[in-house]
Amino acid sequence: MSFRSAVITFPGSNCDRDMADALEKVSGTAPLRIWHGDADLPDRLDFIALPGGFSYGDYLRSGAMAARSPIMQAVVAAANRGVPVLGVCNGFQVLTESGLLPGALLRNAGMNFVCREVRLAVANSQSLFTAGYAAGQEIVIPVAHHDGNYFADDATLDRLEGEGRVAFRYAEPVNGSARQIAGVLNAGGNVLGMMPHPERMIEPEQGGTDGRALFESAVKALATA
Amino acid sequence: MKVRVFVSLKNGVLDPQGRAIHHAIEGLGIDGVKDVRAGKMIELEVEPGVTDAQLEEMASKLLANMVIENYRIERLAA
Repeated sequence: MSFRSAVITFPGSNCDRDMADALEKVSGTAPLRIWHGDADLPDRLDFIALPGGFSYGDYLRSGAMAARSPIMQAVVAAANRGVPVLGVCNGFQVLTESGLLPGALLRNAGMNFVCREVRLAVANSQSLFTAGYAAGQEIVIPVAHHDGNYFADDATLDRLEGEGRVAFRYAEPVNGSARQIAGVLNAGGNVLGMMPHPERMIEPEQGGTDGRALFESAVKALATA
Repeated sequence: MKVRVFVSLKNGVLDPQGRAIHHAIEGLGIDGVKDVRAGKMIELEVEPGVTDAQLEEMASKLLANMVIENYRIERLAA
């Protein structure tokens, strides 16, 4: 059974091709490329990816415009049906702005754009995105963002932690994120938003392969579903 | 009719931009500024028929992110 995935491209997305490449290399099937102005997604989809970049020039707030584009209504509907949705970097910002994930991504505490490899700890190794990692495993994945400082009120943070919905934490200071959160899951476990870029760590030529297990986990979850 | 929507960060939300501005003010040699919070103001030109409820909807659903921000709507006399 082929893995039917889709990568959504907004005006200003710039990691969509990397994301498509990663999905094709890991799953063996090239993803559909969907434009933000499209109103529909195919009925049968196994995976939706919202890539990094600067959709709509980060106007108003990062991800705010993209979250209200026509295609996002279809993405929200698919996510609510249980289709796995991965948002990376700007994709994470779009997911919080669209309400699929709680919290918000604020300007980095140090005010600077941070672009480097960072160490992450896998906080939940049971999700469909992270089953390929060991609990507590430390991995190295690059970040490249200005607005990655995760914020939510304490009650929300407590709930996320209590429900095992923190997928990744920074294992070093990066951007001031509350409780070092680098990636969070929705209540259903089928939506993951994260600031680091796993699609940039697929092959040794990229400097490492620590991102590969995330995509492999999703492909495997489908195969065994 | 002009409408201004003022969007500001909620209390307790860290404002690194405001802090950087504060630091720059100190660099001007001016003392006495205790804190700086940066926000934004969005000015709309609307037909008189646009209702308060519609303005509230615009502000709460798009102009402000209610997780981190508050807004205040001000109608200016035509």
